[in-house]
Amino acid sequence: MPLYEHVFLARQDLSQAQVDALAEAATKIVEENQGKVVKTETWGLRSLAYKIQKNRKAHFVMLDLDASGAAVAELERVTRMNEDVIRYMTVRVDAHEKGPSVMMRKQDRAERGADRGDRGGFGDRPERAPRAPRAEQEI
Amino acid sequence: MARPFFRRRKSCPFSGKDAPRIDYKDVRLLQGYISERGKIVPSRITAVSGKKQRELSQAIKRARHLGLMPYIVK
Repeated sequence: MPLYEHVFLARQDLSQAQVDALAEAATKIVEENQGKVVKTETWGLRSLAYKIQKNRKAHFVMLDLDASGAAVAELERVTRMNEDVIRYMTVRVDAHEKGPSVMMRKQDRAERGADRGDRGGFGDRPERAPRAPRAEQEI
Repeated sequence: MARPFFRRRKSCPFSGKDAPRIDYKDVRLLQGYISERGKIVPSRITAVSGKKQRELSQAIKRARHLGLMPYIVK
């Protein structure tokens, strides 16, 4: 069966236990449709880059699925109706990542990235300046 | 040979061995390929190959959908 990654965002005012219950419910739906949940990853309460349905933060949960398309369709149908889930996405992948995903590895990456902090971004494309006069030839 | 405006072409940061995998979950990696305003930086500036740029933009769009990255920074 094809492999999927299903990520959903739960409302910020839910407790961790309620989020776990949501993940549990999702797992049940998949298993009822002859699918398997290979791995469940809870990324915890993360702040969002922009407000989604007036939420500034959300509980992130990722499920690695090995399930048929019908199971995914059913999972998405139920998720869509659940008002505690503010956003979800299912992506088909060729292979599941072994071990924890980047989200869980964040902690040990933090200090490594620090020395790159002063590097500026690329920035937006500036206005084009008038063409400079041709420079003298150099090697 | 005299080539006044010649600059050596940088190679694609996602090609070759031990190159990072493009993944929508890896926000730290993707952050390097958006402008201060949150726009995707063209590959002619970042030297990402065409194939990888398509993967990259897909990953950025997925991350945006999940609220991991901004659509715009005001």
